[in-house]
Amino acid sequence: MLTTLTKPRESLTIVIVGHVDHGKSTLLGRLYADTKSLPDGKLEKVQAICQQQGKEFEYSFLFDAFLEEQEQGVTIDTARTFFTWDARQYIIIDAPGHREFLKNMISGAARAEAALLVIDALEGVKEQSKKHGYLLSLLGVKQVAVIVNKMDLVGYRQDVFAGIEKEYREFLSRLKVEPERVVPVSARHGDNIASRSARTAWYEGPTVLETLGLFKKETAPTEQPLRFPVQDVYKFDARRIIAGRITAGRLKVGDRLVFSPSNKTANVRTVEAFNLEKPLTEAQAGESVGITLDEQIFVERGEIASSQDTIPLVSTAFRANVFWLGRRPLEQGRKYQLRLATREVACEVAAFHRIMDAVDLDQRQGGTVVHRNNVAELTIRAKAPLAFDPSGAFEATGRFVIVDEYDIAGGGIITELVHDEQEFLRDEARRRDFAWAKGEVGTEERAQQYGHRAAMVLFTGPAHTGKAFLARKLEALLVAEGRHAYLLDADNLRVGLDADLEEKDVAGVAEMIRRYGEVVRVLIDTGLIVVSTTNAFGAAHTQAAQAIMTLVHPAPVVAVHMAKSDDEPPPNTDLAFAGPKDFDAAARQVMDELKRRGVLAHSIGEKPKYQYSI
Amino acid sequence: MTHLQELENQSVYILREAYKHFDHLAMLWSMGKDSTVLLWLTRKAFFGHVPFPLIHIDTSYKIPAMIEYRDRLVREWRLNLVIGQNKEALAAGMNHTRGRGVCCTALKTDGLKNLLAEKGYTGVILGIRADEESTRAKERYFSPRDKNNEWDFRDQPPELWDQFKTTFPPGTHIRIHPLLDWTEVNVWEYIKLEHIPFMDLYLDRGDGTRFRSLGCAPCTFPIQSSARSVDDIIVELRQTTVAERSGRAQDEGRGMELLRKDGYM
Repeated sequence: MLTTLTKPRESLTIVIVGHVDHGKSTLLGRLYADTKSLPDGKLEKVQAICQQQGKEFEYSFLFDAFLEEQEQGVTIDTARTFFTWDARQYIIIDAPGHREFLKNMISGAARAEAALLVIDALEGVKEQSKKHGYLLSLLGVKQVAVIVNKMDLVGYRQDVFAGIEKEYREFLSRLKVEPERVVPVSARHGDNIASRSARTAWYEGPTVLETLGLFKKETAPTEQPLRFPVQDVYKFDARRIIAGRITAGRLKVGDRLVFSPSNKTANVRTVEAFNLEKPLTEAQAGESVGITLDEQIFVERGEIASSQDTIPLVSTAFRANVFWLGRRPLEQGRKYQLRLATREVACEVAAFHRIMDAVDLDQRQGGTVVHRNNVAELTIRAKAPLAFDPSGAFEATGRFVIVDEYDIAGGGIITELVHDEQEFLRDEARRRDFAWAKGEVGTEERAQQYGHRAAMVLFTGPAHTGKAFLARKLEALLVAEGRHAYLLDADNLRVGLDADLEEKDVAGVAEMIRRYGEVVRVLIDTGLIVVSTTNAFGAAHTQAAQAIMTLVHPAPVVAVHMAKSDDEPPPNTDLAFAGPKDFDAAARQVMDELKRRGVLAHSIGEKPKYQYSI
Repeated sequence: MTHLQELENQSVYILREAYKHFDHLAMLWSMGKDSTVLLWLTRKAFFGHVPFPLIHIDTSYKIPAMIEYRDRLVREWRLNLVIGQNKEALAAGMNHTRGRGVCCTALKTDGLKNLLAEKGYTGVILGIRADEESTRAKERYFSPRDKNNEWDFRDQPPELWDQFKTTFPPGTHIRIHPLLDWTEVNVWEYIKLEHIPFMDLYLDRGDGTRFRSLGCAPCTFPIQSSARSVDDIIVELRQTTVAERSGRAQDEGRGMELLRKDGYM
């Protein structure tokens, strides 16, 4: 064990995958035993347990820790094991091959930098051999070596090995995966594991141990454009620290950052750290850091910071390749939580393009249900716009998981952006925000002076539901409380600002909505709470509500839907009233929502308590 | 980036995820090398602050030097320490002679269970490592425990791409394991790198022995060693083929599998 005396220069995480009973755990056990990497007494202890239970010792028992695993001779969950060889530390994850435990295999493989895919020489390429190969490519594991095990059972015949190699290489080439090596071994007898075997004299390639040494260390993408997903905002002391892990690129003090999707911008003032002799001035991909900004802008978890000329994509929809692990199938119409980097947002499947059987990769058109352990190409629509990248360009911000109820039930990689109807206005808002000239008085100072944040309360819904009446009541109530509120009636813009527009024209109405949204945006910058209805836009009220939200984003919008019956309110509704009789109570409910959202401080004179504006 | 930096960045990320997602969060601190490194990483993650309480499950059988060290760091680092103790079991005379599994379950597992129930913690951060012992090798970073604190290792939730299980049904809780990928040597290398204060029980103080793993006095035994500094420990660990917990009696046979299934750390 002389090799372990020096400090390992690096660490590499490897996953062992493949079909059940093809000998993954045996391979692992053998690798440890033959490199003398087992702790003293471990082999003897397991041998003693086997003897006690009257069964033959298997190398796989070394890591199948649970009694049930040993009794059934099957690995249930991944084990992380460690060994050091040739100045490199390996974390080896032994993944289960049984289809029941695919979620465990994925949990293990998702964190690996390279994979050993084990195939039984006697059984040949099986269902999970293919599925695991496919999932490795989806999970982003690019370095794969194929281990053809149990060569003893086929008399160490070269033609059997060559046949499996040819078949599996063909399969992998369809996934655009090129295996680094294909190695014939017998894990049980130790052939070509740690030392070259005379029984496969026809084989000239590396042993398993040598194959590990040939895998390259994956390094964080420091040379890519910056991606810094905001994980949290801390205010433990005088510093307001934006914390997160840089997933690509680098940043330094003085850099101008853009936060997407809010389009807020500020410069990096400091890079914060604990227990360092001299202050940091820069940080790079892979590092969990904290920064402070030169301006007190409101940014929150889930936004992605970048430089202004290389911002991520922003939309409510994207196309993706998804694998599903949930107990319940992935279905149309059901609501899920999407998590991408640190962003979490409600989502649903907008379109099922194809559902695949990962074994044959044959395409099944049609369906709207993805069952457990299947793979699909989907369009996913989120409730609110989010920032992301195509996975081909940026790994960490190009992938996501889907949460069903309490558990992660699926994962996927983004293949492309899907344009949504708000795209045009969103681009306009971004250009306008980037170019916005600011005065000396900041948003924060206004909020402290006024005792509330700027916001919009927007009443939506069909005609004759009392929207205008409630809006007036709310404005009066807010002003009576000492808040700075203003009822903006879109009809007041009609004769003046919109004098050049034709109301009967679809394009004319769209332009009225756009101008109205921009006016609200200006009023919000003055620190007001703008109260309004979509009444003036008639039949286009739903379209208007979406457009206004896009234009005033990221200011808080409390959307209040009013209807005569309990119909399903439109997306992004915060409060819904079905024909309220007590309008005073309804107005107070809106006030409570404003408090809950941190727009209103709980009483006049009290400082607003939202941490993000401090 | 060195391997230690990789480990540190990952652990800090996990700690921050835990803090973001759990309103009722606490960290177990046994004063041993692992949970002290974890405490140090917490101060790194939160820029000198420890924004949640630390729990010490006091079996009353700890080595006295551990309690002195605990109280010193609580003062110096201004920590919020919560001490849990199964007083009923102790009053009834519980000790290791009644059986190690029985004693560990009563004083540690039940001591923890009672405290979690009393304080309503839904997220508990622990310094366990995958290389310590084979059931811990199968843990997740965020690992759910059911209403009876039990670990259903047969059906662990998926965990991928730094997305963790942070939502859970009422009445259950999540154990969070930021040190899972650290090895024993990594822990000492980090203690050296960061100059983290540790107890001299881990060093040979002249009698040719030292503790490699610390637990209750009656069930923890020193190893033969002449390591008198962190450097000596690192050299020793790079050469050894003896398991870290060889001095921990509870690991015998299937001890740990049974203990951990029931909610042991």
